[in-house]
Amino acid sequence: MSKDKVGTRTDFPPTPPEFLPEQQPDHPVTPYLRMERIPHVWCPGCGIGTVVKCFATALERSGADLDKVSVVSGIGCSGRAAGYLKLDGFHTTHGRAIPFATGLKLGRPELEVAVFSGDGDLSGIGGNHFIHAARRNMDLLVILINNFIYGMTGGQNAPTTPLTAKSSTMPFGNFEAPFNIPHLAASCGAPYVARWTCLHIRRLTWAMEEALDRKGFRLIEVIAPCPTLYSRLNKLGTGLNGMRFYHDNAEIRHGADTRELDIDFQKSITCGKFVDEERPTFLDQMNEHYGQVLGEKYVPMSPEGGWLHG
Amino acid sequence: MKADPIGVLTGAHYLDGDFACGEGAMAAGCRFVAGYPITPSTEVVERISRRFPTMGGTFIQMEDELASMAAVVGGSWTGTKSMTVTSGPGFSLMMENIGLAAMMETPCVVVNVQRGGPSTGLPTMVGQADVMQARWGSHGDYEIIAMSPQSPQEAFDLTIEAFNLSEIYRVPVMFLMDEIVGHMTERVVIPPADEIEVVPRALTGKTPEEFEPYQINGKPTPEFARAGDGYRFHTTGLTHDERGYPEMSVECQERCVRRLLEKITDNADRIVRFEEEATDDAEVVVVTYGITARVARLAIDMARRRGVKVGSVRLIVIWPFAEKLIRELAGKVRALVVPEINYGQLVLEVERCAAGKCAVLPVSHGGGSVHDPAVIAEVIVKAAAEAA
Amino acid sequence: MASAASERTEIRITGFGGQGVVLAGHIIGHACAINAGMNATMIQSFGPEARGSACSSTLAVSKSEVLYPYIGRPDILVAMSSEGYEKYRDELKDDGTLIYEQDLVQPRVKKGQRSSCVPSTRIAESLGRAIVQNIVMVGFFGAVTGLVPREALSEAVLHSVPPGTEKLNLSAFDRGFEYFEEAVRQSVLEVHRPPLEGVPA
Repeated sequence: MSKDKVGTRTDFPPTPPEFLPEQQPDHPVTPYLRMERIPHVWCPGCGIGTVVKCFATALERSGADLDKVSVVSGIGCSGRAAGYLKLDGFHTTHGRAIPFATGLKLGRPELEVAVFSGDGDLSGIGGNHFIHAARRNMDLLVILINNFIYGMTGGQNAPTTPLTAKSSTMPFGNFEAPFNIPHLAASCGAPYVARWTCLHIRRLTWAMEEALDRKGFRLIEVIAPCPTLYSRLNKLGTGLNGMRFYHDNAEIRHGADTRELDIDFQKSITCGKFVDEERPTFLDQMNEHYGQVLGEKYVPMSPEGGWLHG
Repeated sequence: MKADPIGVLTGAHYLDGDFACGEGAMAAGCRFVAGYPITPSTEVVERISRRFPTMGGTFIQMEDELASMAAVVGGSWTGTKSMTVTSGPGFSLMMENIGLAAMMETPCVVVNVQRGGPSTGLPTMVGQADVMQARWGSHGDYEIIAMSPQSPQEAFDLTIEAFNLSEIYRVPVMFLMDEIVGHMTERVVIPPADEIEVVPRALTGKTPEEFEPYQINGKPTPEFARAGDGYRFHTTGLTHDERGYPEMSVECQERCVRRLLEKITDNADRIVRFEEEATDDAEVVVVTYGITARVARLAIDMARRRGVKVGSVRLIVIWPFAEKLIRELAGKVRALVVPEINYGQLVLEVERCAAGKCAVLPVSHGGGSVHDPAVIAEVIVKAAAEAA
Repeated sequence: MASAASERTEIRITGFGGQGVVLAGHIIGHACAINAGMNATMIQSFGPEARGSACSSTLAVSKSEVLYPYIGRPDILVAMSSEGYEKYRDELKDDGTLIYEQDLVQPRVKKGQRSSCVPSTRIAESLGRAIVQNIVMVGFFGAVTGLVPREALSEAVLHSVPPGTEKLNLSAFDRGFEYFEEAVRQSVLEVHRPPLEGVPA
């Protein structure tokens, strides 16, 4: 990132900086972001940027080799995350981030592949991929940002919209039962399942850091406000009101039974780490199984991938 | 470069077209396949899943064809040559991410062993009705390459070529087999690895600081960086600039899409492949592809015995279409006869290129079987008589 | 039976799913195309049922290139089940050869057609594995037709069967082949000649 690009930020804060642009200190996570793409597309008060910041911090603390980290997104507001992180980034089709990420992981097994997408993308159009990746224990870190609504397209009902909450396609209130995302993941076999809100910056960052250290299908659901649509349609106020709501209503219960994690409209949100166990990943199982059955005939793909050297 | 011997099953084999296609992929260096079972294509992945563990390849059976195609695009971005295999109904589901592959300029091969349609149609019986879907199936403007083998031997040979073309032009290549070629067993000779030319993924020589994923520098395609090599690049299915960043503007759309088209259209002469026989003094030329080309040769013999001067063109590469060839022929012959196992798909292209300069006669067949050669012969003879 | 395939020889093998109809076709095709320098195109057709229904494989064998993959009226019909026989019997050429499973098929042969039968299932059972019935039939087929040299066919058998079963399959093949030779020696081949069906004028 070049200094003059940073300089473009000077016109963004309403008060001019007291120092010259080249003297302005970088935000600690700027090395992890594509600063030339800032300002981002997210609305004021949206929670997604916070989640990206937490992820960048977690990456830094984890000591991961960033050259080997890929981030994959689907479509939607959260789907834009891949575009702001300074990693190998793939902004794919709607719902297909997980299978795309599966291809990356299997094509070059040494990669750490993170999927960053929204509730509609991952549990609606991509729901089938979500459950199967969890079942296979594909080695992916999935960060599912749940704002209870399809934001980018204008606030339509999502598979996560709480009962009675209004959306632009359920103007009289939602009558469809929503998914309980952590339970969905856990019941399909995900070995790491947590939920936080984007108020819980330190705990969320810590969870991400911990998840980066685990293997297999790791799911972190992050509840985030959508002031422009979900909050507006439901008269819940600004992003700050959302944060206040989390502060008052988030209940931390590590190890809670995932069956009890339903989110009702404006009721308490149970947060915490619900599952943290070891289970062989898809690649572990494949390597072990073929090794047993085929013995010396088994040639696993190299960690660098099965590519031809030109 | 030469093929990696580990993937090459050198020798004479009695193989069906599906198995031969799988062997071709392995010889070409394909090491990642994601697929979902569908008749009559499944034997391709059955072959591959049995052989891959001995050559450092990974096969995964995905949850559906949407996922299969998405995984193949992801796999290819690691530099590992990737392929998926399907038939009509699955091909329809793959269109979304075939569009993504085209937009991200991802080398990959999509095998479609065509069966009768529409919908579930004739699962175990032949069709050639996905020709237009292969070209136009995903939304928006883009170009692909499509090839069509006429025998198990070609299923092997051309699969290698499909991979090579996908690498050179960074496009998804549609490998349009059909149920008969797929399920037909014949002798397939696989040469030694050092006689098989394969195109490796050409990696950029630039530093991460210099590199932009869609900068072409006057070449037809941009340079490639693999995920995990420190380039920290970004790519997207959105309209994007040279940095791979989304840019929603008329100018960027024009630049981005035009290049996707022109890298193929400008090189069509290099990509197009066909076999031409006895067209020099022909009154009628039969234009065919795939299994129908074999049946048409019998029809041509019948017509010749009845005194018609008839030549033939067999399209090996279907897309880009052999426009120049058909335009030239249309100026020379009385009629072009186009038998295909559909109700008239590629014949539309032939008509377009003939532009009224000669008669263009489809010989349609709804699917489930090849043509009766006598029916094609009848059209040839009639075409010659009417034009005379 | 006309010997070497100077022209195109068309063969249909039929039986019920699970009898190894496709494998039998594959072995004969392999013998012709890989071991005997001919061209052989095999097509398989089957219903949606994996077991039980009549299925068949067809072969077009020729010294020159096989263009048309399908067969019209086969020169040779190999029937391993009654249902398959009934389905395909009318296709057989008027001077064609019927080869059938003696205990499972009750044929009605037209004048001009030849027929030979073998109790291939019983022979296979006597070897301990009914599953090798198709290989007995392949051996018998080889002896009856003389389409390809015996070694070409037996090599194809060895090439096509699962590792560890070579010995069993080879003896099944030999038993089928020798059954015909023995029958010829004893001139008993016509013993099983079934009643002639009225041939339309």
